[in-house]
Formats: sequence, C-alpha cells, structure tokens
Amino acid sequence: MEEVAVEALTEQEAAVYDRQIRVWGVEAQRRLSRAHVLVIGMSNVLTELCKNIVLAGIGSLTLMEDAPSVSTVMNTSFLIPVEQIESDKSFLTECAESLKDFNPMVHVTVEKGSLEEKPDDFLNNFDVVVVGRSLLKYRMHVNSLCRKRGPKIAFLSVDCRGPLGEIFIDLQTHTYVLKAKENVPHSLQNLVYCSLEEAIAARWDRLPKKTTKLFYAMRIMEDFEQSNSRLPGQVTLDDLASVLDTRKRLCESQGMPETLVPDKLLHRLLYAEAREHPPVCAILGGILGQELLKVLSGKGEPLKNFFFFDPMDGKGITEEIPRPDDTPIIMQSAEIEI
Amino acid sequence: MATPEELAVIEKAKVLMVGAGGIGCELLKTLALTGFKDIHLIDLDTIEVSNLNRQFLFRKQHVGQSKAKVARDAVLKFKPDIKIEAHHANVKNSDFDVEFFKQFNVVLNGLDNVDARRHVNRLCLAAGVPLVESGSTGYLGQVTVHVKDQTECYECQTKELPKTYPVCTITNTPSKPVHCIVWAKDLLFARLFGDRNQSSDLIVHTNDRTSSAATADTDFFNIKDGETPESYACRVFDGVFGDNIEVALRNEETWKSRKRPRPLYICEVYSDAKKPRIDGSCNSPDGNDKHTASAARILGLSNPQEVWTVRDSANVFLKALELLLNTRQKDIGSLVFDKDDQLAMEFVTAAANLRSSCFDIPMQSLFEAKGIAGNIVHAIATTNAIISGLIVLEAIKLLMGNLDDCRTTYCLEYPRRKMLLMPAELSAPKSSCYVCSQSTLLLEVNTTMTRLREVVEKIVRGQLSVNSPMISQGPCLIYETGDDLEEDMVTQYNQNLEKFLDSLPAPIVDGSILSIEDFQQEFTCHLQIKHREIFDEEKEPDNMVLSGKLSTTRDQALPGSVQLTAVADNVSIHAVDDDDEVILIDEVAKQDLKRKVLDEESVIVCGKRQRTEVS
Ligand SMILES: [Zn+2]
Repeated sequence: MEEVAVEALTEQEAAVYDRQIRVWGVEAQRRLSRAHVLVIGMSNVLTELCKNIVLAGIGSLTLMEDAPSVSTVMNTSFLIPVEQIESDKSFLTECAESLKDFNPMVHVTVEKGSLEEKPDDFLNNFDVVVVGRSLLKYRMHVNSLCRKRGPKIAFLSVDCRGPLGEIFIDLQTHTYVLKAKENVPHSLQNLVYCSLEEAIAARWDRLPKKTTKLFYAMRIMEDFEQSNSRLPGQVTLDDLASVLDTRKRLCESQGMPETLVPDKLLHRLLYAEAREHPPVCAILGGILGQELLKVLSGKGEPLKNFFFFDPMDGKGITEEIPRPDDTPIIMQSAEIEI
Repeated sequence: MATPEELAVIEKAKVLMVGAGGIGCELLKTLALTGFKDIHLIDLDTIEVSNLNRQFLFRKQHVGQSKAKVARDAVLKFKPDIKIEAHHANVKNSDFDVEFFKQFNVVLNGLDNVDARRHVNRLCLAAGVPLVESGSTGYLGQVTVHVKDQTECYECQTKELPKTYPVCTITNTPSKPVHCIVWAKDLLFARLFGDRNQSSDLIVHTNDRTSSAATADTDFFNIKDGETPESYACRVFDGVFGDNIEVALRNEETWKSRKRPRPLYICEVYSDAKKPRIDGSCNSPDGNDKHTASAARILGLSNPQEVWTVRDSANVFLKALELLLNTRQKDIGSLVFDKDDQLAMEFVTAAANLRSSCFDIPMQSLFEAKGIAGNIVHAIATTNAIISGLIVLEAIKLLMGNLDDCRTTYCLEYPRRKMLLMPAELSAPKSSCYVCSQSTLLLEVNTTMTRLREVVEKIVRGQLSVNSPMISQGPCLIYETGDDLEEDMVTQYNQNLEKFLDSLPAPIVDGSILSIEDFQQEFTCHLQIKHREIFDEEKEPDNMVLSGKLSTTRDQALPGSVQLTAVADNVSIHAVDDDDEVILIDEVAKQDLKRKVLDEESVIVCGKRQRTEVS
C-alpha cells in the first residue's frame, strides 16, 4: 500500500461513515479507502461480502468471473431487481451496478476474461483477492499466484455448503497494532501465515484432537470432487457411498479412524448439493467482511487461519491449522514496542 | 437452503419485525432470501445520512423517508412475490395491541432502546408469541430467545438504565470529559438558549450563602441594554469559566481531596494577542441553515477529528454564541440541544473543553464530543449481517418447535476458546421477575415529601416502562390515563399528581401496596411501599429506590443451563441513540464484556448436546 498524504475525510465521508469511524477510527477508514479488492466468482455468500465491504468504504472492488469450476444455485440475489434479471447485461455487471448504488464513493468494476489471460502483474493491482467456491486446485493456484506476485497480497476463500461454511485466510505476513492493555503499551504484532496448500497438507494425526470435524469433512468433499472430476457442489446424496469410501481412504492414510468424520456430517454436505443457506451466508459474509476490514485497516488481530460455522451446534469456530513441517505453530508473533 | 420440512413452516409463517434500522435492513433481506413470505415491519424512524454506511436498503435520496416503507420497497424489488406490510409507526402505538401480536408465529426485535424492548416483551408474553431479541454494538452482538413460561423473559435480568451523573459532580467537581460535556449541553446550553425556568443553576451554592455565583443572578444571562452579542459572549465567558470557578474554590472542604480547578478569563486567553477579528458574516449563505452553520469553519477549524487548543475553543465559544444569538433569535428561550445541530454541537464542544481546561481534564475533538453528547452507538454493517443470520436461524428453530435447540449467541470481536460466535443455553424464567412471574417490587420513598407525579414519571414510566399506567391501591383508583376519561376524573387525577403520597385520598404510606396496570401491555405489577426519610443525593438522585423483592427460594435453572447474567446485562442493556440498534456505551463496558466472557468461560456450556454430530 503506497503512502498517501494524511488528509481529513471529506464531509460526505465523515457523514456517511460516522458510526463506523467510532468503531475503528479515521486512520483505519483512510486505509480502507485506499484498498483494492478483487473478488473472483459470485455466489450468495460473496454478494454478502461485497455488500459489507462496499458499505464500509473500501477504495475499489473488482468483480471477475473466473473459476470455470463452480456450480452455485442463485435463484435470488438481493443485488439484482427481478425486472432486470432477463436484461442483456451480464450477471456481474448487474451486481456491480447495484453495489455502486450502495455506496457511490467506492469504485466497482467488472474485469472481463479469466485470470490465465491476464498479464503476470495483474494481481499486483490488489491488496486482497477473494475466491468463492471452486476446485481446490484452483484455489491453491490463485493463492500461489498471490504469494508469487508480492508479499502483501492477501488471499481469502469462502464456501457455504447448505448450512455449513468454511473460510480460509492467508495473509502471508501481516503486521497489526495490538491495543494497549493494563501495563502493556501499544505494540506491533507480526503474524506469519501459511498457504492453503501447506495448511491442508498438515497430517491429521498431528492436529489437535479438538479440531472441528467440519475441517476434515471439507477435505473429504474436495478430494472426492477432484478425483471424480466433479465441480464443487456438483454432488448429491447418490454419491454417499463413494464419499464414504473417500473418507475411509483419507482417514487411513492420515492415521485416523473413520469415526473422525461422522456420516451425518457428510450426509448434510451432500444433501446441500450446490445450495447455500441464506442466513448462513449472512453470517459467513459478515465474518469474512469483518476479517477483511481488520486486514486492510491493520487494526486488530485477524483470524488465524480457518473459520467454520455449523448452525447445528451454533458455534462459529476458528482453527489454526499449521504447516506440515515441524513448525509447531504457524503464527509467530514478535512484539515490537512502538 | 432450508430442508423441505423447514421450508414448509417458513413459507406458512407470519412474522413481525420490530425495527428497520441496522439489524432490521439485514434481517428483512435475510428473511426474504430464506423464503419467508409474510412479514410485518414496524419502525417509527426516518432515514438519516449516518445510516447509509450499514442500512444498505437505503440510499441518499431516501433521507427523510420512512425506514419501514423504503425497506419494504427495496426488498420487494428483488423478491416481488412475497408480502411485506410496512408500518411507519411507534410500536407503542395502541393499534399494536395483544390481538395484533397474536396473529404472528414469532416476533423478531431489531430495536435501539430498552423501553421499546420491554414493551414488546410484555406484549409477546401477553399474546403468547415467542420473541427473538437482538442487539449489536461495534463488533459485539447478541441474539437470544424468549418464550413465555419456558425461558427467561427480556426483563428477567435487571437492565441498567443509561448512566446518569450526580448533579454536584456536574456542577462542582467534574473529573471526566463526559461531566464537562453534560454540563455544557444540559446546564449551560439550556440556560442560555433553552427555557430558563426549567434549567437548573450552573453551580451548587456554597455554604457561604452571601457569596453565591454571579451566574446565580436571574438577570445574569439576559442581554443588557446596549450590549453587543460579542460583549455579551465575553461576559458569559468570564462568568461561567472565571467567576463561577472562583466561587466554587471558596468551598475549601471540596478541594481537600481534589485538585483545585483554575479559573479562566478572556483576558488570559488573549493576553499575548488581540482577539482575532473574525470575518465571515453571520449572514453568509450557510449562516442560517441549522445543519451547516458553523463557527469552526469560519475559524478555519475544518477537521472534526482535531482537538482544539484553549485559544481555538475560546474562539469557537465566542463565535458560536454570537452566531446562535444572531441567527436563531426566534428560537432563543426554547432551543433544545440536538447533537446534529452543527452550531449547537460546536458551542457545546468549545464550552466543555474550556471547562475541561479549568479542571485539568483532557479536551475532546468535535467528533468525540458529539459521540459522548449524543450517546452515539458504534455500529458497523458486518455485525448486523451476522446478527440477522443468527436471528433467522433461531426463528426457524422456534417455528419447527425445537425450543430445546435454541440458544443465546454472543458475537465477539476476537475468539474466546476458539469461538467468534459463542452459543449458550437459555435460562428458565426467574421467579423474582416482576414482569413474567409477577413478583412484588419494593419502592423506598419518603411518603411525606414525594409527590405522586415523581413516582409516575420516574418510577412507573421511567423505570418500569409502563406506557399508559393505571395505578390503584386496593379498590381506590389513584391515577389513570386514556382518551376516554370523564373530564372530572382527569381533573381529579391531575390534582392527585401534585399531592404528596401520604395526603392522597387513599394515602400511600409505609406498607401500602400499589397495583400498576397497563391495558395495552396486559401488564400488571405490584409495588410495596417502604417509607424512608433520607436518601443519598449522590447515589440516589431520584430520592427513591426501586428494587426487586428477592424470592426466598433460589431460581431453578433449566437443567444444565448457565446464567450468563453479566454478559447478558452488558449486551442488551443500555439503550441509547435515536437511530440505532443497541447497547454498550463505552469502551469500558466493552472491555468489561470481554473480561466477563473470559471469566465465565469455565461455566459456559456450549453445544452440550453432542448428538448433533454423532451419526
Ligand atoms: Zn421475566
């Protein structure tokens, strides 16, 4: 992020953003207004995210249809008035226009073409890249592109499968200000994240026993989809037997009993097919938006590095999944006094 | 995607949403996307610019219009096949009676104040309709469920009312910025521009009655013959920041344990320079508009985040006072402070800062002062989105008849025990609750010195949130409100209001028991009177103390449930702003919440029911 001369917010910004500036301060608001976000794909949970970050006042949002690999059912979106659904504009253009309308101070544009067709430095235009539901291979690819292009491009992914949701975050290195507590002054915290590829390579028998079962269930689904050439979400309950086989194979190779992942949980993931549960989209879009704002503003500790939600127990859980090597904890915090 | 069974009840359900603000906009959208088809929406408010950062159904061109109606229209655009009925009205309106509430399967609250929440709670109890209650502030939020006879009601937990400060702290011994801001808006501003008969003195009288402050003189705040606004402003300055503090200093007793304040006079502020000749005519184009007239801008102080110097504050004080006198002549004597009145806010900030400088209290920026003066709630879109999702999930469980699965969910800023969303089990009704268990309340009051009016205003309406009270003692009616009363009864009740409690036709004395009823709320409670002579002016400024009569047996909680009283209190209590959703007022309370959640970790039972994931 380039340094821009410190300037007061415009009157319009001050009026519209008044309530949130009371939460995160003017400096954070200024940083937000200089941030550029790329969102690849579109789904209910991504529309929730886009709404949240546009309202918050990021500098620009670029929508891009890529991920040839997605199967998402979007009967309705609050971004698109019904009368316009049949119009000749592309879906993303409709979304962009609607988002612009939410907050005219944010530049919302649609980028045509796929990531593959873009010049090497395309991603350098962004501070954050968000990917929705897509093949594991694709997400790992985008994640590694971010890492290659620069140490500061954050990668986030989100998937809502029926009522179940997962968020992954790779900030590479991230520095944030830890607010002063009793006797401890403000300090800078330094976090070192790992890539999606590294995180999911962690051996299951080395992960903490209390790691949420949804983490393993999502890996089983990914594996099944990849090895059966299915699009993510392009699954049904008819696949249950094969998915249970995948569970058996994975659990054995990871040194864990099959009971690690209950049938019921896989059943629910398959039953969802490509659908998303709107209340859960609101929750995931809210959490993801919030974390993204923490990342962009440098205020507050962002999530490390997975988040899961299951309305069955109502818990919104964060999981730190470490690298597969001997590094016991992926996040190293070094305290630096300001 | 809901399951087919869920979708069946969702599509048949008739739901009432109260509040179309931050949570309301998100909630209406989420309900519509989830498949709800019959939604009633009540909100009294109109749209303001500061709503636009999160109330995403509203646009700039909607400012000034009904929130309920604009929200309905916006959602119907992407979901035209559903029914949304919008009521631009106060939920306390008598149209929304028990019969009205009975038509709904569930009521969903996205409200901004305790008073309305209590009202809806009572109507839901009376109508037997389950209630999903919610609130948010900054990154924190909470969603919970109240079902008559099954769970705690909203009022089972005592709610702290917005903080009030003892008068003498404000007038004589301020120690925090908020004390100076309250002084500037509630005392000084009211004294200068409001109804002088209603406003109290700026300073507590000293023991030495002969040397009271100049400002105590009833004529002090009147403009003298031949006095220009400018010289008037200077005289007021010296009076309130100079003479008043001199007088206060004479009260040696007060300063034995406190830092002595320093009086401030105009001549000191401008000792090294002449008072700036401020150009910028009062008749400039923006001089008359309530929302744009600005002394700070004329003075070149355009950044509201900046903390002014003492000199800046003095400049603004003098200029704003002059502008107010020149441009609001008609309103002087009846002005009421409004945080969105730019000039009034600048005046209050300047005055508070000057007073702060006398008392060695940190000064505040215009932005911060506005937050404190207006009790502005911190609000962001993301928390409201999360809350709306949680509300819909609880509503679906209620509609499916799965009350056992309902939870209170806390939305946190940072994970606690790995959780950003932390569920806790619901509690059983409290037998000591005066609302759902009709336990008797105790009112300590000086029955010979207190008028009925004070009990009605401060206790019955203020603390008990009774909307249209009927008060009786045994068979005798003491007070009643309503449109259909006979004229002679109205006269009688008005006379009663001015009587001391023990000289009413049916005297209220030690041991008396009053019944308080509200027909609209179908609410009844009993108040036992305890006579007490003396009250602590600092701690009991109302000269009355209301308390719940403790039940002799301990409350029976639901098996395995936990009482998250501390957390719940903080998160659903203080109500505040005019346009917002909730709750915590300050950083301290927030820290408090975090600490309490942490402290209570060991007792929070989350997801106790493991069956969910066991195949
Ligand atoms: Zn109760």
